[in-house]
Amino acid sequence: MPDIQTVSGNRGLAIEEKLIFEQSSPGRIGVDLPEPPPVDLDRLGGLARKSPIGLPDLSEPQMVRHYTRLSQKNYGIDTGFYPLGSCTMKHNPRLSEKVARLPGLTDLHPFQPQSTVQGALEVIDTLAFWLKGLTGMPAIAMSPAAGAHGEWCGLMAIRACHEDRGQGHRRRVLVPESAHGTNPASAAMCGFTVDPVPATADGRVDVAALKAKLGDDVACIMVTNPNTCGLFETDILEIAGATHAAGAFFYCDGANYNAIVGRVKIADLGVDCMHINLHKTFSTPHGGGGPGAGPTVLSAELAPYAPLPFVVHDGDGLRLVEHAEQQAGAKPFGRVKGYHGQFGVFIRALAYILSMGADGMRQASTDAVLNANYLLAGLKDVLTASFDGPCMHECLFDDRFLKDTGVTTLDFAKMLIDEGFHPMTMYFPLVVHGALLMEPTETESRETLDGFIAVVRALAAKAKAGAADEFKAAPRLTPRRRLDETLAARTPVLRWKAGSNGAG
Amino acid sequence: MRYLPHTDADRRAMLAAIGVRDVDQLFVDVPAAARQSASFALPAGQGEMAVERAFTRMAGRNLSAGCAPFFIGAGLYRHHVPAAVDQLLSRGEFLTAYTPYQPEVSQGTLQYLFEFQTQAALLTGMEVANASMYDGATACAEAAVMAARVTRRRRILLSGGLHPHYRDTTGTVVRYTELDAEALAPDPLGVEDLIGRVDSRTACVVVQYPDFFGSIRDLRPLADACHAEGALLVVAVAEPVALGLIESPGAMGADIVVAEGQSLGMGLQFGGPGLGLFATRDKFVRQMPGRIVGQTLDQDGRRGFVLTLSTREQHIRREKATSNICTNSGLCALAFTMHLTLLGETGLGRLAALNHALAVRLEGKLRAIGGLKVLPGAYFNEFAVALPGGRDAAELVETLAARGILAGVPASRFYPGWPELRSVLLLAATETCSEADMDALVSALTEVL
Repeated sequence: MPDIQTVSGNRGLAIEEKLIFEQSSPGRIGVDLPEPPPVDLDRLGGLARKSPIGLPDLSEPQMVRHYTRLSQKNYGIDTGFYPLGSCTMKHNPRLSEKVARLPGLTDLHPFQPQSTVQGALEVIDTLAFWLKGLTGMPAIAMSPAAGAHGEWCGLMAIRACHEDRGQGHRRRVLVPESAHGTNPASAAMCGFTVDPVPATADGRVDVAALKAKLGDDVACIMVTNPNTCGLFETDILEIAGATHAAGAFFYCDGANYNAIVGRVKIADLGVDCMHINLHKTFSTPHGGGGPGAGPTVLSAELAPYAPLPFVVHDGDGLRLVEHAEQQAGAKPFGRVKGYHGQFGVFIRALAYILSMGADGMRQASTDAVLNANYLLAGLKDVLTASFDGPCMHECLFDDRFLKDTGVTTLDFAKMLIDEGFHPMTMYFPLVVHGALLMEPTETESRETLDGFIAVVRALAAKAKAGAADEFKAAPRLTPRRRLDETLAARTPVLRWKAGSNGAG
Repeated sequence: MRYLPHTDADRRAMLAAIGVRDVDQLFVDVPAAARQSASFALPAGQGEMAVERAFTRMAGRNLSAGCAPFFIGAGLYRHHVPAAVDQLLSRGEFLTAYTPYQPEVSQGTLQYLFEFQTQAALLTGMEVANASMYDGATACAEAAVMAARVTRRRRILLSGGLHPHYRDTTGTVVRYTELDAEALAPDPLGVEDLIGRVDSRTACVVVQYPDFFGSIRDLRPLADACHAEGALLVVAVAEPVALGLIESPGAMGADIVVAEGQSLGMGLQFGGPGLGLFATRDKFVRQMPGRIVGQTLDQDGRRGFVLTLSTREQHIRREKATSNICTNSGLCALAFTMHLTLLGETGLGRLAALNHALAVRLEGKLRAIGGLKVLPGAYFNEFAVALPGGRDAAELVETLAARGILAGVPASRFYPGWPELRSVLLLAATETCSEADMDALVSALTEVL
């Protein structure tokens, strides 16, 4: 790109955009509301606001332009290839968005009489039916709001079950070193202590080490399968067997369930509970970081401890159980959030499931694994693959191929941005050095993968040819170049304040 | 399948490039015993028309709020969402982006979250806010845990005016920790004595404002009592529109303010997803859970935004993190901030005043019903009433629903073990309530009671 300085700072379609607070003109308004009658101060108990809030006033055209311009500074799946490992950035169907906006589904209050929301309860119940059917698990807690929330929910059920059986002394949780950071954090929230389990040289749980750590104070193990290296835990049945023999439960982190959905039933792996990220496996939008949903399937042993509320079949209708005493045998460990779960996310996930069907989902997981292995095959002679194939839905490389080039994993990723790709996940999992974790997903075509492979190969050659300075300068073609994160953390500026945020 | 681009020819060519005969060879690491072939017994995929029909049928089994005189609140409020909000929310660059880990290609998300944090701080009267939590209830639980961390104390006191879902979620979060949450009895009359219970072991007192039964009261004496004992005051706001009209919790001495943001931008959605607002004082920022966006400079010295202070978070601190939360409610925060941008200072003030006026008008009309008593002396857009003659509110609500009127929520839905609350009904009025809706409610009540 020619080095052109513009008067405005804008660069063609890349337009600078001020904060809303810098665009205010007091008295402007973006909605039409009638002038309210004088306030009945009596009914405000003397608590009428005494000073202005400080919100900016904008018109609708300003607002529309503001958010349109902001959107143009974002990279999404709709923009291009997004091989962010462990995040499952696959196509988000637009049918899901359409049906999630049907007034008969969105304009419902969770506290309407249950007779008036039978269709909504049917959405929850139908999704639950599918998730149980696909995993082969007998029960499910629908309300967790995200993956980490589902983890915590599963661990709470485990803790409640142990307590109920007089096994409350079981407080130790075995977590492999390659686990997501949420695993140990969720365990700590349940009053558990975390005992890390090392990985073997082939990227899997060290079964001997795990067995040696099992004992009558172990509440459960938490194993991600397929794991965060993109590998199936080959000894999974042995791990499950040893865990159960020790009186502990097997919590499976379902973050990578998309690799096996429709091909493998979780119940056949000896799992006692697993959360499902609807925003990954079932393709609901990530939305720039939420909302997600983390329904958690449970074994028969753990089922009675599922949190409130839940839907049951009752006569010819569906009934929402909101209190323990409303359902015989229920021993809920509590409530995990307000209301009845991430309903808007449920609709989208169910639309995806009904569209795909069991056959479509089997094809999806198959193509996801095919695509990851295709990337691995196309790159393993120029990058350094951390483990021998085959991989599952994602492939892992480390930074040995960058040795002595002066280029880091981070530099390499930033260079990919200039090439029009979203980078892969970097520096995770922690078990390999300078990790580059690539998850192509099943919705990418062969042409897209070929294009990406060609670019990565060319960049690897460039790095080895001694172009470190060019990598350090990347990205150069983005709305902003590398941002100073140290400055942000050392001198936190976490909000706008009049006159103190500098220029746009 | 329309979402899967590969043809069979593609698959064959790719398998050849990988060097395997068939895809099953890629799944060899799965134990044979767990390799299902055809035992799922679940339906096959369907086209767009069939799926749309299935949802239209399910939608038709509901009575949607817009089709009925509607007075339900109890923590979630039906407001009109301007058309521009949903239109912009649907832009793929917002909808299909991940958490903004790569700031160079995520300035859109990062800037709106920075603006959202500023709006949340201003609205609550606090100094700093995070980029959102799952919902009001989980934000409330996180606030209680944070207060315990800040004060190094274990005792959490939950007001009887706190939303029962917030109370239960907080109780569940601390259930197996060393913290102890004491929940006071439901308090529709506003008679509980919180000040007398605050002592040197108290980490925090959690109150709702306006409270679950609609009441608003001055929190300054309680804040003073908390601070005198070294405890924090946590204030939960379920209806942030109220803050356009009434004093902010921050101005009354709150240390942490959490809120449910659903009221702005999002519609009802049967209660989920929600949007947790979380705001506090600058001095506590490093104890705050959740993602935070901060301002910085790029390599060329231009202003930009990044995720910051992440050493509090689970991906760095693992079991020592301030919370296990990973995502926030990014898209819901976008809906909230867009709606609030359209409203602005002028519009929010007007919307809040309108809501209050309509609730006052509803109260006036309800006076025609002999024996019905409005419980709170001061309220915003919702209040609890005691029905005449101890009538069962749950039965009444069912009766009116059969007539096509969604007449509030019976308190017994939340407090089944409290017979004295059987006649208590919660009624809310927002700008979506018309004069005709109110007249329909009052006339049906007159007939039935």
